[in-house]
Amino acid sequence: MGTYGWSLPVAASSYAGSIDFGIWLIHAAMLGIFALWGAFFVYLLVKYRARPGVAAEREDHEDTPSHISVPDSFSKFPFGQLLYRNKGALKSLVPDMIIMAFEIALIVFYAIPVWSKIKMVVPEGPEVVHVQLIAEQFAWSFHYAGPDKKFGPRRSELVHFSNPIGLDRSDPASHDDVVMGNELRLPVNKVALLKMYSKDVIHSFFVPEFRIKQDILPGMEMPLWVEPTKTGKFEIACAQLCGFAHALMRGDVYVQTQEEFDAWYKSRLAANPAAATPTNPSEEF
Amino acid sequence: MSQDPHGHAHHPELTFWEKYVFSVDHKVIGLQYLITSFFFLLIGFGLMMLMRWQLAFPGRAIPLIGHMFSADLAPNGVMSGEFYNALGAMHGTIMVFLGIVPLGVGAYGNYVLPLQIGAPDMAFPRMNMMSYWLYLPGGILMLSSFLMPGGAAQSGWTSYPPLSIINPGQTMWLLSMVVLITSSLLGAINFLVTTINMRAPGMSLWRMPVFCWAQFVTAVLLLLAFPPLEAASILQLMDRVFHTSFYMPKDLVILGQAYAGSGGGQPLLWQHLFWFLAHPEVYVLVLPPMGIVAEIIANNTRKPLHGYKTLVLSMVAIGVMSFMVWAHHMFISGMSASLGNFFLVTTMIISVPSVAILTCLIFSLKGGSIRYNVPMLFALAFLPLFGIGGLTGLPLGLTVTDIYLHDTYYVIGHFHFVVVTGSIIALLGGVYHWFPKWYGRKMNDRLGYIHFWGTTISMCAIFMPMLFMGMAGAQRRLYDPTAQLHNLPVQSWNIVSTYAAYALALFQLPFIYNFFHSMWFGEKTVENPWKATTLEWACPSPPPHGNFEKTPKVHRGPYEYSVVGRKTDYWMQTDAS
Repeated sequence: MGTYGWSLPVAASSYAGSIDFGIWLIHAAMLGIFALWGAFFVYLLVKYRARPGVAAEREDHEDTPSHISVPDSFSKFPFGQLLYRNKGALKSLVPDMIIMAFEIALIVFYAIPVWSKIKMVVPEGPEVVHVQLIAEQFAWSFHYAGPDKKFGPRRSELVHFSNPIGLDRSDPASHDDVVMGNELRLPVNKVALLKMYSKDVIHSFFVPEFRIKQDILPGMEMPLWVEPTKTGKFEIACAQLCGFAHALMRGDVYVQTQEEFDAWYKSRLAANPAAATPTNPSEEF
Repeated sequence: MSQDPHGHAHHPELTFWEKYVFSVDHKVIGLQYLITSFFFLLIGFGLMMLMRWQLAFPGRAIPLIGHMFSADLAPNGVMSGEFYNALGAMHGTIMVFLGIVPLGVGAYGNYVLPLQIGAPDMAFPRMNMMSYWLYLPGGILMLSSFLMPGGAAQSGWTSYPPLSIINPGQTMWLLSMVVLITSSLLGAINFLVTTINMRAPGMSLWRMPVFCWAQFVTAVLLLLAFPPLEAASILQLMDRVFHTSFYMPKDLVILGQAYAGSGGGQPLLWQHLFWFLAHPEVYVLVLPPMGIVAEIIANNTRKPLHGYKTLVLSMVAIGVMSFMVWAHHMFISGMSASLGNFFLVTTMIISVPSVAILTCLIFSLKGGSIRYNVPMLFALAFLPLFGIGGLTGLPLGLTVTDIYLHDTYYVIGHFHFVVVTGSIIALLGGVYHWFPKWYGRKMNDRLGYIHFWGTTISMCAIFMPMLFMGMAGAQRRLYDPTAQLHNLPVQSWNIVSTYAAYALALFQLPFIYNFFHSMWFGEKTVENPWKATTLEWACPSPPPHGNFEKTPKVHRGPYEYSVVGRKTDYWMQTDAS
């Protein structure tokens, strides 16, 4: 089987497993609930079809009329009388209670902890690989800081077809920077922190194998972290409608060993284009 | 606005225009809404069939009609990305705002609610007429945007800025939305006042049929949820027309050009305002159909509904809670991730009353003597199919699993199961149920059975594949799904879905024929053909202007079926003994 198929794609990030766990658990529960409900439903449809001479049975709305006394065992604890007298209505809420208990367990033991880990914690430390992502209609640019670990500044007035992110090449911090179009390279088993920006409209960074998706709002910095666990080439897709060529806005992420990654970076740095800083970009068009 | 309760007794002759076009009679307005919204549903469906062709066979010319489109829309008959996006945005907008809401509220609410509470008309008949006469031009305005330079709106029915500010077509969309929202607000106020003030003597709130409660809660939702969207739409209009920056951030560079506006706005503001309407809107789409299903089930099981009060209170609870869940559409939008936890919890809470409603409706079958007529088949199909819609909402409402499933076809499958196999199935059932009241004639049963089975099976065949595609990670809103590798293994599901959509279209033909043929030539029927208990069956079919011969008096609850010791198995609310 390849990376993609009829069901979930290959899981290739550190948190993909816990997301898949939730997806399978919920679908198993859904199928179970649907099968039970469905069986009961069909049984009712067959059993209570209209037959000549058989009238419908009305339910008794008051389970226990007030003149009948409630057993002692029930009147002892608080609300016991009330519960006993409405036990029929309560019985019909049993499916609801079961589903609610399941949902509460999901929230407390699964959703909040995993969500907090994926979306609320921004990883830090010297081991973290930093990449800036700049999205535009209809392409992704990936900006690496290089050995000095400093990103060169970006200026919107420098944006040009030869310099899509508007990198200020005159700034010393940018001299060892590398900018790639539609191609992201990450070392395997290292936490990567992407700081994502958009130049124009809302885009959404989606890598199905990483099970990660995050909208990128223009005017804001959107952090996203991922720890790839499998080497290979995976697809980057834009998941938020961004215009007429939204379907064509794609890229690739190459997950490599650290050595391969370093070698690739050196080769890119050697091929770095000269600083392109036209004084008035509009004249160039 | 004064209302003469005995007006029907001494009416001057109405001209054709007063009687059928600019009518103030809630029944005529209801039928106007019915026909118009079915017409818009067909148009929305037609747009979708064009899109489905492109999704199944991207790059192939649209057969038969492809070459009729201009070269901008479909060069050589092949759909362009712009045209696909316009069709997508308009399909969503038309189906929601011009199709299902006007059908569930405008048509059924208008016709049935005053009859069920024993009122001679709506509280404000002229306002009622105005509501329709804003809806129709609003809808025509929306459709005419296809003829504008640049075409119709292309930013999805959600119209997220900045895309919606820079894309063509959006101005018409916004203007039309303002008109449509105004129409809905007038309707909502009318429904509330009618329900509160115009009930017949004896019709206490707890004697109202579930359908009336559903309409009442819906009207509250419309009244409270629509104004924020109307305001938000006007702000977006300002951004487009006067270059303000409510939603536009600083320093945008669009296709290489700096954006001229001052910036400083926030795109997320629109999303919050939009979903603050659009989530309650989901319940506006669903509650009236639930009311219809409850009516049909009570009537055809020949027994009272199980848990009438639970049903009503659950609807009220849904109404209240629906204002607290909107941001579950925005888990990965970039809003604070801790907000996600809050909306996760409220979303799980709102599932409780929804499950309670379904449970009550299923338990209502127990002990019944079920008549399998056409409306009942539709009402019964609603239960499991709406159930699928509800269940598939679970992994989307859960923050963690939504990271993967958000904006995939799973979402499309989920909400179409809710709105199509849920709402539309129930609304179709309602036509068969109330048709005898509207026209004094019955619809043909055999055509009804063909319509029912064809419709439900093809609907499932359209939407089931979408769930599978979504699991594989296929995104929504791609005009060419084959442009991305990960969509390729599931592309064959798109073809299944497309053929099923065309089958669905074919199975609507018996319905359309049945509707218009039965209107004039159907079997004549009596006042109360279903042997029902509620008030709309206590007046002639069709009811005259003013509805009731004399103001009805209500003696009991809405579903007194199979009362022991009575000769008939139904005891109408108006029967004195």
